[in-house]
Amino acid sequence: MDAMLHITTLHYLVLGAALFLLGVIGVLTRRNVVIVLMSIELILNAVNLNLVAFSRYWQGMPARLGGGPGALHGQVFAIFVITDAAAEAAVGLGILIAFFRNKETVNVDEVNLLKW
Amino acid sequence: MNPVAMTPVATNPPVATPFFFYLLAATMIIGGILVITRKNAIHSAMALITALLAQAGLYLMLYAPFVAGVQIILYAGGIMVLFLFVIMLINLERNMKERQFNKQWLVGGIAALALGGLFISVYLKTTNAKALFPDGRLSYVEGQNTQAIAALLFDRGAGQYMFAFEIASLLLLVAIIGAVVMAKKRI
Repeated sequence: MDAMLHITTLHYLVLGAALFLLGVIGVLTRRNVVIVLMSIELILNAVNLNLVAFSRYWQGMPARLGGGPGALHGQVFAIFVITDAAAEAAVGLGILIAFFRNKETVNVDEVNLLKW
Repeated sequence: MNPVAMTPVATNPPVATPFFFYLLAATMIIGGILVITRKNAIHSAMALITALLAQAGLYLMLYAPFVAGVQIILYAGGIMVLFLFVIMLINLERNMKERQFNKQWLVGGIAALALGGLFISVYLKTTNAKALFPDGRLSYVEGQNTQAIAALLFDRGAGQYMFAFEIASLLLLVAIIGAVVMAKKRI
């Protein structure tokens, strides 16, 4: 019960793992490519949650180990991941529009041009 | 400005209670499940927006107000509007009457469950979780968080990530050009 009531970094890591798994299931099983892209966003968010949780963890560490209140590297990295997610969404949706214009479908298993 | 030199202030979290953690975590999990199960892509997008906003709340609980703001403005605002625009641009009427899961859904589910088993085994290995991740009480006034991140990103002396920031802006430029080129009818 005490482990439930005391929120540690591990709680955030477990939540991040659960979200990551949901995203992986979405990527592997859905046909609609829009929802596949949204699942990738879910995965990136799970990673971001871990990064920020570790940043919080390092802020509580002694400064001689590289911790302290200035140890915000995880948060900076999370911002970079958000930037990458924006770029990925823009390019992915551009590809999606180009593909939909050519094939009139959004199902990933109908994209089999390279299949032997 | 040296971010390490800032004065740490011992604060007991007033809002970071377990109740809010579990509320936001449940919102995120339910939102994630709805994202991957809904038939209508717009419903999925709405569930994803809910999950992203809950995650912004979790960032606030982790004393990361700047990342929380970026999450709301850029993720829930910008990226999801892009998604909704594209969903409305393409015609998903036919898709909604079709099968929603692909043929390898069983294999995919088993693979995902194997990954989940890996995660669970790793987290169960950390038997003494409190020793591994002690609850850091040290924190500082939230008004300095944005300044400290800006110092890391932009400052000439302490900014370790200035070059990475420039690379990120280059990446965004390439992404913009790529999106325009691919979405254009004829180049």
